[in-house]
Amino acid sequence: MSYFSDIYQGIKSLLTGMSITGKYFLNFRKGSITQQYPENRETLKMFERFRGEVIMPHDENNEHRCTGCQACEIACPNGTIEIIWDRQLDEETGKKKKMIDKHIYHLGMCTMCGLCIEACPTDAIKWGQNFENSVYDRKYLDRVLNKPGSKLMKGVEE
Amino acid sequence: MLLSITKNIHEWLFSLMPENIASIVEMTIIAVIYLTGFAVAGLFLVLMERRIAAWFQLRRGPNRVGFHGILQTIADALKLVSKELTGTIKADKFLYNLAPYFVIITALLALSVFPFTQDFQAFDINIGILFLIAISSIGVIGILLAGWSSNNKFSLIGAMRSGVQTISYELSVSLSLLTIVLMTGTLQLSEIVEVQKNGWLIVQGHIPALIAFMIYMIAGTAETNRTPFDLVEAESELGAGFHTEYSGMKFAYFFLAEFINMFIIAAIATTVFFGAWLSPFGITESIPLLGIFWFLAKTFVIVFLMMWFRWSFPRLRIDQILTLEWKYLLPINLVNLVVMAVVVWLGLTIQF
Repeated sequence: MSYFSDIYQGIKSLLTGMSITGKYFLNFRKGSITQQYPENRETLKMFERFRGEVIMPHDENNEHRCTGCQACEIACPNGTIEIIWDRQLDEETGKKKKMIDKHIYHLGMCTMCGLCIEACPTDAIKWGQNFENSVYDRKYLDRVLNKPGSKLMKGVEE
Repeated sequence: MLLSITKNIHEWLFSLMPENIASIVEMTIIAVIYLTGFAVAGLFLVLMERRIAAWFQLRRGPNRVGFHGILQTIADALKLVSKELTGTIKADKFLYNLAPYFVIITALLALSVFPFTQDFQAFDINIGILFLIAISSIGVIGILLAGWSSNNKFSLIGAMRSGVQTISYELSVSLSLLTIVLMTGTLQLSEIVEVQKNGWLIVQGHIPALIAFMIYMIAGTAETNRTPFDLVEAESELGAGFHTEYSGMKFAYFFLAEFINMFIIAAIATTVFFGAWLSPFGITESIPLLGIFWFLAKTFVIVFLMMWFRWSFPRLRIDQILTLEWKYLLPINLVNLVVMAVVVWLGLTIQF
C-alpha cells in the first residue's frame, strides 16, 4: 500500500513547496533586497566587510599611521603596493629615521586578497567601501595613498 | 462589433476577386494576424516569466526599458534579429537550418483551433482535440533534428532526453483529455464550449475531472520541457541542450516556441476544463467580445501556475521522469478513465 501513500506524500510535499514559494511571491516588495543603483546613489551604503579598495585613513591633523615598515609590500602576492621611503631627520629626537615618501597602490593589479591589511602591524591601511572604481585611463588606477604633506601620527611606533 | 467587421472584410474580398483567390487572400490575412499577434504575445510571456521569476526570488526583474520594463523583451528580440547567425562547420546544414522552423510552425499551427470567443475561431474542425495532440507532438521532431544536426554531444543528449520525455508524456496528455471527451462526446472545440454552458467541465466532472486536470498539468509541463522537467535544456549539465549551437534569430525561434507552447498547453486546459470564453456564472453573457478577455484571463492564470511550478520544484532525473509517467500517471489515468465512464454512465455529473 506504499504506492498510494507515496502519491499522497508526493502531492503533500509539492503543495508545501508551492505554499512556501507562494508566500515569497506575495511578499516580494517587502523582502526585495535589490538596490535601485543609479537612483539611490546618494544614500547607497556598502556593507562593512565589502572590499572596494585599499585606503589609508588620515586624521584631522593630516597624520597617518604608516611607519614605512614595508610589511604590506612584502605580503602582497602580486606587487600591488610599492613604498618609496627615505631616512629623514626626526624633529623631536634629532636622529635620522625611516619615513615614507609615497605609499603607491596599483588598484589595477590588486586582487582584493587583503593580505596587506592583515600584515600591517599598525593598522595604517584599511578596506574602503568605494565600489565605483572604473576610470577612463589606466594611469588613474595607480594611487598614492598618503596625502601630500602628511606625517606619522605620534605614539604609533611605541 | 468585431464580428461585423470581419464579415464586412469577408464580403468585400469576395466581391473584389474570384472565389478561389479571395479565400486564399483571406487565409493569408488571418495567418499574418495570428503570426504577428502571437509573436508579440510570446514576447510578453517572456517578460511575464522574467518578472514573476524575479518576484519569486525576491528580486525586481527587468524594470528599466519602458514603463516597468514593458519594452525589455522587444529590445531583446531586436538585438537577436541584428545578431550574426553562427553555426558549426560539421553541422548537417540543411537539417540544422530546418529545425527551428519545425518548432515554431508547429507551435503556431496549434493556435489556429482555439475558440477565443464566440465565432472567433480561425479553424473549427470536428477533430479539434486530436489535431492539437497531433500537432503538439510534431514539435519534438524539430528538437530532435536540432540536437542531431548540430553535431554536438550536449545537443544530442538534450534532444534524446526530449524524445524520451515527450513520447512518454504524450500518452498522459491524450488520456487526460480523453477523460473529458467522455463527458462532452465530441472532439470539436466549439462543441466542447457549448457543453460547458451547463457548468465548466471541471465542475461537471467533479473528482475524476479534477484528477484529470492535475495529470494534464503535470504532463503538460513535461510536454513544454519546462522545469521541473527541463532536463532537455538543463543549464547546469548540458549548456543549453538542443539549442546550444544556435544563435540570433534561430535561437529566438526556439525560445519563442517554448513560450508559445506554454500558452498552448494553458489554452487547451482553459478550453477543455475551464469553459474557454464562457464567463463565470454567465455574468457577461450579453457581450460576446468580452469572451476574449475571459479566455486570456483564464489562460494566464494557468500560465502563472506553470511558472509557479518552475520556480518551486527542482529538476527531475531521467529515471524519475519515466517512473513518474509509467508507474504513476499512466495507471492513475487509466483508472480515472474508467471512473469517468462510470460517472457519465450513471449520470452523476453535476449540471447547473
